[in-house]
Amino acid sequence: MSAVLKTALPVRESPAPESLALKAEAKGLDFYYGAFKALKNLHMPVYEKKVTALIGPSGCGKSTFLRSFNRMHDLYPGNRYQGEIRMYPDNVNILAPDVDPIEVRMRISMVFQKPNPFPKTIYENVAYGMRVRNINRKSTVDEKVEKALREAALWMEVKDRLHDLAFNLSGGQQQRLCIARALATDPEMLLFDEPTSALDPIATASIEELVDELRQRVTILIVTHNMQQAARISDYTAYMYLGEIIEFGETDQIFIKPRNKQTEDYITGRFG
Amino acid sequence: MATVDLPRPAAMAIADPDRLKHKFSRNIKERIIEMILFLAALVSVATTLGIVFILFYESLAFFRHVPLVDFFTDTMWTPLFSEPRYGIAPLLMGTLVTSAVALCVAIPVGTVIAIYLSEFAPFSVREAAKPFLELLGGVPTIVYGYFALVFVTPLLQKVFPGLPGFNMLSAGLVMGVMIIPYISSVAEDAMRAVPMSLREGSYAMGATRFQTATRVVTPAAISGIAAAYILGISRAVGETMIVAVAAGMQPNFTINPAEPASTITAYIVQVALGDLPHGSVGYQSIFAAGLMLFLLTLVFNILGHWMRRKYREAY
Ligand SMILES: Nc1ncnc2c1ncn2[C@@H]1O[C@H](COP(=O)(O)OP(=O)(O)O)[C@@H](O)[C@H]1O
Ligand SMILES: [Mg+2]
Repeated sequence: MSAVLKTALPVRESPAPESLALKAEAKGLDFYYGAFKALKNLHMPVYEKKVTALIGPSGCGKSTFLRSFNRMHDLYPGNRYQGEIRMYPDNVNILAPDVDPIEVRMRISMVFQKPNPFPKTIYENVAYGMRVRNINRKSTVDEKVEKALREAALWMEVKDRLHDLAFNLSGGQQQRLCIARALATDPEMLLFDEPTSALDPIATASIEELVDELRQRVTILIVTHNMQQAARISDYTAYMYLGEIIEFGETDQIFIKPRNKQTEDYITGRFG
Repeated sequence: MATVDLPRPAAMAIADPDRLKHKFSRNIKERIIEMILFLAALVSVATTLGIVFILFYESLAFFRHVPLVDFFTDTMWTPLFSEPRYGIAPLLMGTLVTSAVALCVAIPVGTVIAIYLSEFAPFSVREAAKPFLELLGGVPTIVYGYFALVFVTPLLQKVFPGLPGFNMLSAGLVMGVMIIPYISSVAEDAMRAVPMSLREGSYAMGATRFQTATRVVTPAAISGIAAAYILGISRAVGETMIVAVAAGMQPNFTINPAEPASTITAYIVQVALGDLPHGSVGYQSIFAAGLMLFLLTLVFNILGHWMRRKYREAY
């Protein structure tokens, strides 16, 4: 490993304009899978109602970092967080042991790499988040299901077959259904883990378009293996390598004038 | 096969043309092994076919004496009387009532155990519980039968004083305990086959473990769980020793589990123990009863296998 990589760059103290509010912030985050340290001293802001992309070569820790935001790692024994992810406006460290991961997941939703609709109808898939919160009033659920499906650009395609099984949808539709499911509970933040890697180019384009529209109402953190995608849809980009954040900045800056040689090599395709 | 003469590489021209042909010695060995394996498979298939053939053949002889209509509509089964009657209904009822009691125990308990082991138990507990469950399934059924007769029945009599010494309730309850591991292990396998990504999707929506287990994992595994139930049912219908020992062997057309009754299986044991002369109608009646049992379990097994295949295809 070169000396350059060993020194994690200090995060740019961006003198944020007044409108730029922090939604979350990683502060000295370490993460361990058992004895393996997968994340090393991460510092990164997530700005409200902006799209932040995590890029980097496979295995660099993008998913691990993303899944820390909704405490997904709590599901498996032997995983350990150190450091903080602060969530605002509460200014609470959501990794603290006294914070209930279920409460965190109620506010920070997630969309996975492979579409994972439940073995239920289209309607019940979207209603799931309400059902687990014991929201069962039909008029409320109906309304929220429709709203979420519209926001996920799926309503027109499924409005006549809401009570069909979700498995009958195409891959791209299933992924939009998963986005609708995540949106239906009005989360403050949405996590996407390579949401288009299992989709064809047309379905990918429609998901990207969707992310572009969603930024107006929700904070988005997205992992992508596709640099063009990061450049197209994100406002901020973090380049990760071997469990560290090598560079974080505005997407334009990262892609046009990366400060770090490592970032530049990755982005120009000389690496990774 | 090429008709056009192409210039060939030199190596090919001098190669032994027989080199790629089948080797006789290797061939014969393969053939012999194949034959042995085939014969082994044939034995089991032939046995099954033989059983089915004898069942049908002897039943045919039976139905020459007893009209099918009587067999299905008469409510008395009295092959030992001077005027014997052959209505299968009492035996069928005994089988159904004991099976129903057993399933009332085995289905809920088996399902809860499956959910617990698949979704809640830490690895160490799961590994420790499995041998116990297997043990439960490995106890000879005659042991269960006497357990029902000398332990469970007296216990039940303390609660229900009028309960006769032989009764379907006690036999059914113990049979249920015996079936629990069959249901729990098949249902657990089905639940564990549900991909982790579905569970993660549920947790990510803020669901609890219990909600995830009941609202996502269970419906995803539903055809496998149904298969487990059906295998349990066919187990209960075919169970012999427990009912023969603890339920009494008196054919009794009733749905009251507190009464003694005989079942199809218990009747077959009774006759096979040797009260009726070979070749008599009474003797042949066990084949007709056996055929009923065979068809009943066959239907359940086919249903079960069909459902298992279906759930394997789901993911
Ligand atoms: N469950 C796990 N147990 C142990 N190591 C893991 C586990 N998941 C991922 N890792 C390791 O952590 C590192 C980061 O993985 P990941 O976050 O999945 O990378 P990325 O999403 O950037 O491809 C890799 O070295 C990977 O092998
Ligand atoms: Mg990943």
